[in-house]
Amino acid sequence: MSDPMRIRAQAQGDKTTVRVLVSHEMESGQRRDAAGKIVPAWFIQSINATWNGKTVMSAQWGTAVSKNPFIQFAFKGGKAGDKIVVSWIDNRGEKRSDEALIA
Amino acid sequence: MKLKLPANALGLAMLMAAALPASAQKTTAEGIAEYRAMLADGNPAELYEGRGEVLWKQLRGPKNASLEKCDLGKGPGVVKGAFVELPRFFTDTQRVQDLESRLLTCMEQQQGFSAAEIAKTPFGAGEQKTIESLVAYISGESRGMKFNVPQSHSQEKLMYAVGQKMFYLRGGPYDFSCASCHSEDNKRVRLQDLPNLTKQPGAATGFGAWPAYRVSSGDLWSMQRRLNDCYRQQRFPFPGYASDATISLGVFMGVNSQGGISTAPALKR
Repeated sequence: MSDPMRIRAQAQGDKTTVRVLVSHEMESGQRRDAAGKIVPAWFIQSINATWNGKTVMSAQWGTAVSKNPFIQFAFKGGKAGDKIVVSWIDNRGEKRSDEALIA
Repeated sequence: MKLKLPANALGLAMLMAAALPASAQKTTAEGIAEYRAMLADGNPAELYEGRGEVLWKQLRGPKNASLEKCDLGKGPGVVKGAFVELPRFFTDTQRVQDLESRLLTCMEQQQGFSAAEIAKTPFGAGEQKTIESLVAYISGESRGMKFNVPQSHSQEKLMYAVGQKMFYLRGGPYDFSCASCHSEDNKRVRLQDLPNLTKQPGAATGFGAWPAYRVSSGDLWSMQRRLNDCYRQQRFPFPGYASDATISLGVFMGVNSQGGISTAPALKR
């Protein structure tokens, strides 16, 4: 089981800024271990965020994204107390979903 | 001296490069500070802090116990403010201990782990990983507080004196000491500012930033790992994990940081 994401969402005027710190190895598949064997690729393939159930951000990721990635995005609308849910699926089929309320 | 020549030449080249657009553009140091500020927003050390808090409260080890009765110097289970007063003398072990060595004691006495076994484990593996998360959590609980490493016990004074000796001890194939890099103001290795650890404000800037998330290794480094790497860079033999030698350096730097603000767990390149 992966560690929870850290999600912070802040509404300002008609805009909400969401910042997410994701815990993931994001192994590129290009590195070798001490024995010289390739470390298999292991990365988040798709990540998306919803605001009160409506998708406000969705992205396809590859192996070029860093370990423990940080993602920030903004969308129009949103007010304090609204729910933001961020979910990802990696290439092993593992999933994680975390939520936060807009501050 | 042989070593210093290319470094100086490089420094000069950089200075010249920086000097040309200096009037209109920001300096190198400002540029780095800006880069750090951008990264600081999503410091992955936060992930380790969260994990560390869970590990602190979780029932683990052969004795199936949590660490909530662990005394970090401010009484059993008190985490807040403990970090800025370490290393200190502990009466139960009759030793001056830093955070990592104290955690080894707690993990052995309360959870039944073997401290010697953990000390032998490579960084970033097994229970070392646990300690790295724990130090992130514990140091994070003292973020923004002022360093006040005690010097009241004779052992603490002795460890300061030993740490000072260690700091200035030159040796190894490069004839290096900690002081070679960290006893003058405004020095740099490549683009990294070198804090002067012998006095404020350098001491707290350097000492007060560790544990930290190292972007280049994608891992959280405890002070023990940082010191281990300092010795690797000096081409000294590796110091023992949580050994008195490393703790004494912690006392020296910690006492020199008196009154400075702890920013740990920070973010490093």
